Amino acid sequence: MTTSYRVMPGPEHFLPPSAASMGVRLPDPGQGHIHGSIVSEEEALEEAARQFLSAKVPTIFPGPLVLWAWNDKAAKKAKAIRHLYETIKECVDSSCQQAMLIPMPDYRPKYPKINPEIEINPNHPNLTIWHNKIDACMFVGVHCHQANLSLKIIRGGTNCYTIAMCAQAGHEDAMLSVRDATADKIIRLADWVKKLKGSVTPPVKH
Amino acid sequence: MSKERIKIAEELFDIMPAEYQDLVKRATYGNEQRGWKDIGNAKELIEEHSLCAGCPESMAFRYILASLPNPEDTVMVGSTGCTSLVFPHVAVHNIHSLFGNQNAVASGLKRALTVRFPDRHKDVVVLAGDGATVDIGLDMTLQAWFRQEKFTTICFDNELYANTGGQESGLMQKGFVAKMAPVGKTFEKVRLPEIARESGCHYVVNCTVSKPNLIEKVIKNAVNIAREIGPTYLQLYTPCILEIGKNSMEGLQEMRDSEKPTERFAYKEYVSEPAKELLAELAAKEKERKAEAKRQLASQTVTV
Repeated sequence: MTTSYRVMPGPEHFLPPSAASMGVRLPDPGQGHIHGSIVSEEEALEEAARQFLSAKVPTIFPGPLVLWAWNDKAAKKAKAIRHLYETIKECVDSSCQQAMLIPMPDYRPKYPKINPEIEINPNHPNLTIWHNKIDACMFVGVHCHQANLSLKIIRGGTNCYTIAMCAQAGHEDAMLSVRDATADKIIRLADWVKKLKGSVTPPVKH
Repeated sequence: MSKERIKIAEELFDIMPAEYQDLVKRATYGNEQRGWKDIGNAKELIEEHSLCAGCPESMAFRYILASLPNPEDTVMVGSTGCTSLVFPHVAVHNIHSLFGNQNAVASGLKRALTVRFPDRHKDVVVLAGDGATVDIGLDMTLQAWFRQEKFTTICFDNELYANTGGQESGLMQKGFVAKMAPVGKTFEKVRLPEIARESGCHYVVNCTVSKPNLIEKVIKNAVNIAREIGPTYLQLYTPCILEIGKNSMEGLQEMRDSEKPTERFAYKEYVSEPAKELLAELAAKEKERKAEAKRQLASQTVTV
């Protein structure tokens, strides 16, 4: 099935359709997708690195699957995420770009409200995006159904570019998605960021 | 879940909000001697709640969570009602079941946990209101007891359906007039503690939550007996101050008034013979532990 629908940065509208319902399909192993078009994994990683380098506030949102040291694999991924964050921080122009690492520690709605400066919640991820003026973000270690919820809300109400580094089959609702995420794959993304440093136009200074 | 798994990944520890760092560093997971006195000192497993100001149920919740002997390996099963407003804030695994289904869900859960973790104690505790326990879920409640399922059932008895505006429940006292029951209750309060005893529960207590040390004792007894022997049941009076026309500060007094010897929540306890033996065994072990601690303290003092 082919579709002309493209998963683009929003705001799309209050209730954006799920990309799957518009005919966007998930990548097979070794592949990724960009805006809903299937590409090779390497191409997707390169584009993700470009997005980080060209954003004003490139941000990583690690979820519970990597925030908690459930097992060695999770601990390794956490290490790789920290490495990616440090790499992005090092490679962006600090005069006009600010890399962030904001956790999604809980899926439960919080009362009276979350502090958007220090965390993101899948029930209203837009608050954190708006508050920190985040224009490119990557979800990693978030359970799929919560990631889908967040990605749709972000696409619906913000202009943020979303990247899903998924440990399962990927996410149609992200603008870019890589599947079967491992610590090595996250490090490969960091390598791409390093490699492309200086070759991507940074955002306009204000 | 075990204490070892309640660890934040080292590399991401600094970005976790302070309450999660506190929960790992200063909560009472893994402390066998935990109890209600930890409230206010250690990081609590519930801090904020969305119940009404002064609600006795919030006190009960705190005492219960502080008294669970094994919170990192406990799953609580809740049901529809005011309790379901609190579970999202609780740092213990929990499941929200369909209204009245809680004991059926807990039965399956306990059996699955026993198969999956044969070498570890996994406690299951049902916590539901009187509507879920006695009216809508009575079938599931009783059947679980008949089958001798090894988990604890706690009923927060506020004697009506408080969450939906004050309808009559089976545990409402005779003659009581509620906002949505203007005629008044025409029959007696269901005697569930007695039914529980006859249905095979090994430990049954009927009381209020006015005394935290008492609640700690009954919770620990109920969970330990359920773990080793069979079903246990606690019926705790947690009055709905709004529905009985009291103010926020009057919940405690209401409970004290209701636990007088002739009142309906005078302390009643039933312990089966096997449960008595177990409690005696546990008490002997505790005595030995204390004596050992004393000996160690004395030897340290001499050394100093």
